[in-house]
Amino acid sequence: MRASPMKAAVGHTTAVLTSVAMAFPVYLVVVNAMKTKVQASAMGVEFPTSLEWANFATVIDKGKLLTSFLNSMLYAVGSTALSTVAAAMAAFVLSRARTPVRRFLYFFIILGIALPINFVTLTAIMQATHLINTKPGIIILYAATQIPFAVFLIYGFIASIPRELDEAAIIDGCSPFQLFFIVVLPLLKPVLVTAAILNFLGVWGDFLFPLYYLNSSAHWPMTLAVYNFFGQYQQSWNLVSADILLTIIPVLVVYLLGQRFILSGLTSGSVKG
Amino acid sequence: MFLRHYPIYFLVPAVVLYFVFFILPSLLGIGYSFTDWSTYSDQVNFVGLDNFVHIFSPGENYLAYIGNTLIFTVVTIALKTVIGLGLAVLLSEGVRRFSHLYRLAIYLPAVLPTLVVALIFRSILHPATGVLNRLLRAIGLDALALQWLTDPHIALFSVIGVDTWKGVGYITVILLAGLQTIPRDYYEAAEIDGAGFWARLRFVTIPMLMPALVVVTVLNVLYGLRVFDIVYAMTNGGPGYATEVISTEIFKAFSQGQYGLGTALSTIMFAVLLVAGYFVIRLLERTSSQE
Repeated sequence: MRASPMKAAVGHTTAVLTSVAMAFPVYLVVVNAMKTKVQASAMGVEFPTSLEWANFATVIDKGKLLTSFLNSMLYAVGSTALSTVAAAMAAFVLSRARTPVRRFLYFFIILGIALPINFVTLTAIMQATHLINTKPGIIILYAATQIPFAVFLIYGFIASIPRELDEAAIIDGCSPFQLFFIVVLPLLKPVLVTAAILNFLGVWGDFLFPLYYLNSSAHWPMTLAVYNFFGQYQQSWNLVSADILLTIIPVLVVYLLGQRFILSGLTSGSVKG
Repeated sequence: MFLRHYPIYFLVPAVVLYFVFFILPSLLGIGYSFTDWSTYSDQVNFVGLDNFVHIFSPGENYLAYIGNTLIFTVVTIALKTVIGLGLAVLLSEGVRRFSHLYRLAIYLPAVLPTLVVALIFRSILHPATGVLNRLLRAIGLDALALQWLTDPHIALFSVIGVDTWKGVGYITVILLAGLQTIPRDYYEAAEIDGAGFWARLRFVTIPMLMPALVVVTVLNVLYGLRVFDIVYAMTNGGPGYATEVISTEIFKAFSQGQYGLGTALSTIMFAVLLVAGYFVIRLLERTSSQE
C-alpha cells in the first residue's frame, strides 16, 4: 500500500512523538547527571549551564560503583556462560533424540518459563548448600532461572542444523563430547549469542536475588547499589542521575551492538515466519 | 543405537541446576505452606490449612492484594496489546522509512533495569516538582496534575502506566514480526473489495495475527501475575496497601520472618502459574510441531 503524503506525515509525527516519549527518561538522566545539585533539584528537562563532570567521580567514589560494577559483570558473565553451555548441551540431546522420556523432560524444563520461584523455601536450600550470601550462589541462581528459556531458544535452532553433519562426525569416530563441542557448538553461534545477550540484560537489570540473598553490600550488583545510593542522596538528583547513567551505559552498549540478536530471540518461537 | 551419540548425561548440568534451585523450592513450599515455619521459633509445626484460611479470610487484606495483582495483569494486557498493535501497524505500514530507528526507540525501555526506570519515574511523577505535573500546569491542565503515586486511588494506575511504557516495546516487536508473515495479497484483495483501514484491520490483520496475539497475551499473563520489581521500586505497595501485589507481600512476609505464610502465598501463585504453564507448553508444542 502506498500511503498518501498526508497519511505519511501523520504516521511519522506519531512515530516520532512515541520515540521521544520512549527515550525521554534516558535524556532526563543524561542532562541532569551534568548539573549542579541546585540545578538538578527538580530533575528538569533544561540543558545544564555548566558541565559538572565531577559528579561521576563523586558517585564512583561514594556509591562504591567500581565494586558493584565488577559484581554485576561477574554475575552476568558467569551465569550467562554457565546457563548457555548447560542449556545448549541439554537442548542438543533433547532435540536430536526425541524419545518419549526426553520429550517429557523438554516440556518439564520449559515449564519453568511460566513458573514462579518460591523465594522462601529457596532460602532453606541456599543455606543447606552454603551458597547464601556468596557470589557463586548468585551466579548459580541466575543460571538456574535462565535455563528454561535458553533451552527453548536453542532447541528450536538445533532442528535447523542438518543431521548429516552428526553422521559424518560419528563415522569419523567423534565421541559425543567431540561431536557436540567441536562440530555442533560452533554452528550454534547465532542462537548462543542471542541467548547470552538476553541473559546478560536480564541479569544486569535484576535485583531480586541480591535483595533476598545478599546482605553484604560488598557483594551488591549495580542495581542494588544505585537503589541504596538513592536512599542516601535523594536530594541530590544530579548524583543519582550520574549513578543511574553509569549503571545503564553497559546496557545501552549491549543493546545497540546486539539489537539484531535481541530481536531474533524475542520473536523466535513466538511467531512462525 | 543412535541414542549412544546423544547421551542422556548431557542433560545433567541443566536438569540439576533447574531442579534443585527452581523446582525443588516450589515442591518443598507446598509442604511448608501447611506449617507455622517462622523465625520466631525453632520448631516447625503442622497447622493444616491455617495459612490459607488466613489468606482467604475477608478480615485480612490478602484478597485485596490478589485483586490488585489481577487488576494490574488485566489492565497492562489491555494497554500493551492495544498500543503495541497500534505501533506495530504504524511501523509496518505507516512509516517504512526510519521504521528501524523508531523500533529501536520503542524497545529501549524494555532493556533498562526496572529499578532505574522506577527511580526516574518517581521523579517525573512527583506531585509538586515532577516534570509531568509541571508540563500539565504549563499548558493549563492543572486539573490533570494529580498526586500520581501518593493518592491511593490512582497509585496502582500510575504504576500500570509506567509498566506499560516499559513493556509495550516487547509486545510491539512480537506483533511486528507477526504482521510481516501476513501475505500482502490479502490486503490487496481486501482493498479491491473496498475495505477501508478499519475493515482491513478487523477482517485481515487481527484474524491473521491471532497466533501472535495469543502469544503476547500469555506472556503478559505470566508477567502480570508475577510482577514484583516495578511495584517494589515505585511504591513498595503503598500508599498504605493501595498497590500491594502478591509478590511484594511475599517479600514482606519473608522480611518479617513469617515463612509459613510467605510460602503459602507462593504456593497459591505456583498453582495458578502451573495451569498457565500448561497452556504455554501447548502453545510452544504447536509451534514446534509445525517445523
